[in-house]
Amino acid sequence: MAVKPARIAAVLAFFVVLAAGAAAEEPPLPDGLAGDEPALSAGLDDEPALPAGLGDEPALPAGLDDGPALPDGLAGDEPALPDGLDNDSAPPEVEPREPLRLPFEFGGFWETRGGLRTQQAHRQKDATLGESRLHVELDRRGARGGIGIVADFLYDPVLDSPGIDLEQGRGWIDLRGANAYFPLGSFIDVKIGRQVLTWGTGDLRFINDLFPKDWVSFLLGRDMDYLKAPSDAAKVSIFGAHANLDIVYTPRFDPDRYISGERASYYNANLGGVAGRNAIVQADVPDRWFNDDELAARLYRNFGAYEAALYGYHGRWKSPAGQDPIAQKATFPRLSVYGASVRGPVRRGIGNIEIGYYNSEQDRNGTDPLVRNSEFRALIGYEQDVPQIERDFTVAMQYYLEHMMNHASYTNTLPPGQKAKDANWHVFTLRLTKLSWQQNLRLSLFTFYSPNENDAHFRPSANYKIDDHWTVELGANIFTGADDHTFFGQFEDNTSVYAALRYGF
Amino acid sequence: MNRIATTALALALIAGAAAVALAADDFTVDQIVDNALRVSYYQGATGRADVKMTITDSQERTRERELTILRRDDVPEDQPDEDDLWLGDQKFYVYFHRPADVRKMAFLVHKHINGEDDRKLYLPALDLAKPIASSEERTSFAGSHFFYEDVSGRNKDEDTHELVETTDNYYVLKNTPKNPDAVEFSFYKMWIHKKTFLVIKTEYYDKNDEKYREYQALKFDSVQDYSVITKARMSDTRIGGHTEVEYSDVRFNIELPDDVFTERYLRRAPIKYLR
Repeated sequence: MAVKPARIAAVLAFFVVLAAGAAAEEPPLPDGLAGDEPALSAGLDDEPALPAGLGDEPALPAGLDDGPALPDGLAGDEPALPDGLDNDSAPPEVEPREPLRLPFEFGGFWETRGGLRTQQAHRQKDATLGESRLHVELDRRGARGGIGIVADFLYDPVLDSPGIDLEQGRGWIDLRGANAYFPLGSFIDVKIGRQVLTWGTGDLRFINDLFPKDWVSFLLGRDMDYLKAPSDAAKVSIFGAHANLDIVYTPRFDPDRYISGERASYYNANLGGVAGRNAIVQADVPDRWFNDDELAARLYRNFGAYEAALYGYHGRWKSPAGQDPIAQKATFPRLSVYGASVRGPVRRGIGNIEIGYYNSEQDRNGTDPLVRNSEFRALIGYEQDVPQIERDFTVAMQYYLEHMMNHASYTNTLPPGQKAKDANWHVFTLRLTKLSWQQNLRLSLFTFYSPNENDAHFRPSANYKIDDHWTVELGANIFTGADDHTFFGQFEDNTSVYAALRYGF
Repeated sequence: MNRIATTALALALIAGAAAVALAADDFTVDQIVDNALRVSYYQGATGRADVKMTITDSQERTRERELTILRRDDVPEDQPDEDDLWLGDQKFYVYFHRPADVRKMAFLVHKHINGEDDRKLYLPALDLAKPIASSEERTSFAGSHFFYEDVSGRNKDEDTHELVETTDNYYVLKNTPKNPDAVEFSFYKMWIHKKTFLVIKTEYYDKNDEKYREYQALKFDSVQDYSVITKARMSDTRIGGHTEVEYSDVRFNIELPDDVFTERYLRRAPIKYLR
């Protein structure tokens, strides 16, 4: 007998429903529903539960269905409401950050650091460092500005003179910060007082950063933060739509904490050899308020991810760069610097270029043997991480050039017997940094190398965070050179190792 | 055909269509991924949270990190995002409170969906703002078991996403990297809560297809009608130990102007937003 149409229809219907059911397992959206992104909570309510899947599911606390344990507040159909109704999740807690609310913020560290020369230095003590330091920072900050004080209390039996000199950081207190900062209107920020200032793009080579540096700490093995010495200055920062301007006025000249021979040996040209405590540099530091002042400025803006800046400085050479033969003292001749820099992403790292012209105003044509010549300085650097070699491993390379202007005049007027510097001083630097053990161990090696002066300076260090308070550091400062009158070679006697233990709070 | 057959066929077709229509209310994988991303990283136009991380190593010793994160979606001014659908570039300002060696350090991130993030670190002791060279996103964030990529968000286009299972509570996704040599995992599975699109659990499987890393959400809260995970844990068997992260003082759509995310405020911490 022929199949009845009704039966065919029923079979067809059965297959259609079956097909529809099969389609429900993978939900492609038909035309018209695709494209609109569903908004968050609305629309989720209409969603039907699909058949529970099979396969491994993580183990669950009792009372829950398939799937990983739901966090408190999600067990059940509805997310917990903040008042904690019908479930046991607590409302968001507002945890006070500190149990005691002081009117100011307080922090710092206590550190003991010791250093020892690795060779006999005839005119120096064996110990480069032996100090206990309490570093304290106090801040009071609000929406309309704040004040900050940073002071180091020092017990240093290696150093002989106990007298306090806040400018040079001598004595049992080194005031590293005492300043007030506040906005002026909506586009000016002002910071006045003692403060550490930094700009420029170089890696331990400075062209347009003419803020004071502590070369003694740098050589002896103190923490890198101590390479920068504080300035007593007023900084005005103006933020514009097209560029920003920083102006720093230092009313009384702030020299570097330069190498004088008191703790680190250096090459003394007059004596024709390396000297130390037998020939401590006596310097005539200009100290008149407002007459011996400094003005530094930086005009900068970002072009996408690239930062570009123009710099200017009017003041004096920061380390002794001249001599007064009658008074037998080192001097700080007048100086202007004009420069520029660019920094930004290059391939998978960061590249930077910086240039600067040092105009030695008291010896423009280079004929005065008692004043340092003008110079042109340039540097180019590149830094990137190298995960192909190691995780958390960064490499930074740099080339630095100092070109002496009027070199012929310099050699012509050089006092007899004195060794002449090359017209061009080339320095290559390499910094390798590796973090290990969940970033608690930091291994670092910084190297300076000068191919024309045949000398080098190595700075290896290892820093380990024992826990959230205690840190231990070991390192060395190694100087080597073919001659003793070159920039790094002269410090050979200062080659030393150091160790430090720090408790931070 | 007789009337019964016609009716039966019509009913069947309607039933079939209804079944298809019902099934069509489900989300596609891409929609699930977008919603999960939105809930994890993009709720509101701005946001802030105080973050406390407790890092426990394989010997049960702990370390703590306390920081505050400010976030702003980098929506172009001429395209206002009224429905909060933005999934593009963002800016972050991260300020550290503890421990002592990172106190007052801040860093700025400009997250780019197409291309590398720009990161800049501020060191208060030197008054130095310097760009960070690291382009590797799967490295530890602040020494914890979370990666920088977990904090800022992994780009969804870096993986192919597959909905492998749907349960009463979850969409289960399997994500496979398009560039397997760039990562240490061969795939990862995510359990996404169906109602809220919160990621409840993530399991990472290594090149031998063994689970080595796991994220688990531990506590849920509703803040300003947004679904938020306020406590979570990340554990990693290769490193040992785990990190627990707790979020507090979470707020959305606060007034956070774009210029907070500039060098100016790296040097002068915006206390108003960090308290």
